[in-house]
Amino acid sequence: MTANLYKPYLMRIEKITEEAPGVRTFRLKFVNEDEGKNFSFQAGQFGLYSVFGEGESTFCIASSPTRQGYIECTFRQMGRVTTALARCEEGSVIGFRGPYGNIFPLPDWKGRNLLFVAGGIALPPLRCVIQNALDRRENFKDLTIIYGARTVADLVYKHELGEWSKRGDVKVITTVDPGGETPDWKGEVGFVPAVLEKAAPTSANTIALVCGPPIMIKLTLPVLAKLGFTPENIYSTLENRMKCGVGKCGRCNVGKLFVCKDGPVFTLAQLNTMPPEY
Amino acid sequence: MAIDKKLLKKESLDQLFSRLKSSGRSILAPVNRGEQIFFEQVNSPGEMAKDYIQTTLSAKGAVFPRCEELFSYRFEAQEVKLEDRKSEPKPTVIFGLRPCDAASFAVLNSVFTWDYQDELFKSRLEKTAVIGLSCKKADEYCFCASVGGGPGETQGSDILLTELSSGNYLAEIVTDKGRDLAALAPELFGPAPAEDKEKNLAAVAKQFELKTLNAKLSQLFDKNQLWVEQSLRCLGCGACAFVCPACVCFDLQDEAGRKGGVRLRCWDSCGFSLFTLHTSGHNPRSVQSQRWRQRLMHKFAYMPERQNFVGCVGCGRCSRLCPADMNLIEHLKEIAENRE
Repeated sequence: MTANLYKPYLMRIEKITEEAPGVRTFRLKFVNEDEGKNFSFQAGQFGLYSVFGEGESTFCIASSPTRQGYIECTFRQMGRVTTALARCEEGSVIGFRGPYGNIFPLPDWKGRNLLFVAGGIALPPLRCVIQNALDRRENFKDLTIIYGARTVADLVYKHELGEWSKRGDVKVITTVDPGGETPDWKGEVGFVPAVLEKAAPTSANTIALVCGPPIMIKLTLPVLAKLGFTPENIYSTLENRMKCGVGKCGRCNVGKLFVCKDGPVFTLAQLNTMPPEY
Repeated sequence: MAIDKKLLKKESLDQLFSRLKSSGRSILAPVNRGEQIFFEQVNSPGEMAKDYIQTTLSAKGAVFPRCEELFSYRFEAQEVKLEDRKSEPKPTVIFGLRPCDAASFAVLNSVFTWDYQDELFKSRLEKTAVIGLSCKKADEYCFCASVGGGPGETQGSDILLTELSSGNYLAEIVTDKGRDLAALAPELFGPAPAEDKEKNLAAVAKQFELKTLNAKLSQLFDKNQLWVEQSLRCLGCGACAFVCPACVCFDLQDEAGRKGGVRLRCWDSCGFSLFTLHTSGHNPRSVQSQRWRQRLMHKFAYMPERQNFVGCVGCGRCSRLCPADMNLIEHLKEIAENRE
């Protein structure tokens, strides 16, 4: 972290991947190599990414800390800053402030099964954990990924999903909403909660990580409960409008907690005690 | 650290100002601007506003400017160069600050040094000294006594002056910074006067019990009816946040030129409808009643729990200035006394 809390690191865009309509992944390298060498983070943390002259936008760090030398973020073009980011090319320099926020407690999950349930543009916050778990595969038992999007085109990390499916040590189920399939689609067709119910992964010794649009979360939680998951073992992330990212600007709070400081990772047990202010 | 009690004669103020200035410090003091009073740079005591209860704006701009440059950026071909701000804050003395306002710097500090250190704020605070002025008069909007303060409290002042019946001042030298200031003109600070400080202070009655208020608030988040009723008049204009010495919420904005620009930190208000608006259009606080709830809960429930400070010093500016006659004392009393 720089001494000036609000001054970003300078990052060069090394690679741009078009994931889905309007959705891009940037692979970023530190312009100052020493800063890059000294930089570390843990899965779950986020950053604020700048286009100088436009402002900052908040995204999770979507790559794993086990992969040195770069960080990645995935974003959808929606507003002023993300539109400016979408106009950047490989070689452009943007800003990055972070890592901020709390973490997925991976060290606590050694020896357990991990179940990832994600929808649409919400796979990025879990992708850092998935990559981290795959890079430390011996630390975990069964890994299951259930991921869906509206249509085949909307699935993000298509290439990586293919790679994960080819591995023998992780179960990958991808699905698209009814009507979103293409003629050569080989995955499931159905909403994520329904596909989860059908797959019925065990809840014994399992941590569930769930990220998705509010409607998906709302319908997924009862399925997880039915499968025997307790609120302490279900993890999710919250998003709120952010500016400072460090608990000072007063904007992202949910009751007395700040998404930027006390989150963005929360268990369902915690979320159940928090007011509906997100 | 024991407080040194001294006498400062009224006619010594000119000399004191002059010593402060020659030591390289600038002096901020309340100055009349038409019907309003603002803290501005002054050279002599004669420029100061007289006989007023409270200034229009607080003095928080001295440590937390309304718009502050965080850094500048410059485009050079494919590269970007960032530079920290060039100027360092100048040592400043705020003269004539009321005890409520003096207590507010600790509140601001509790946020700006919460885990992550805001060096911009810290450097300004470190270079700022306060010569406070006790209150001889209060009005119906003052409620410092209800939030742990009082018209003659020394907390937050480096030197606190209380005007005595003679027109001279009891000078309480509270901190090391205060001692350093007094040492610039030691001959001006005579032996302590015998007169009682208390009889020269305004009477400010306690309007509500803070503990009761806090306990009630923890149960009231979901009571929408309360928040709707209390905020019916609120326009969401943000004036309360702007005049409040304890309001900290800010925005980050880029001011862009063709070849470069600056990133600014600017005052903002949780009362604005855009404050929490997501780009998707979703807004967790989409109606004014929720934003009013946030203001009260943040200051009187969340900050005490997280920062160990009440986010209010009872200066009354929000109620004095509200164009819709919102009255914070009434709102807080209603919660402390009437709500289950």
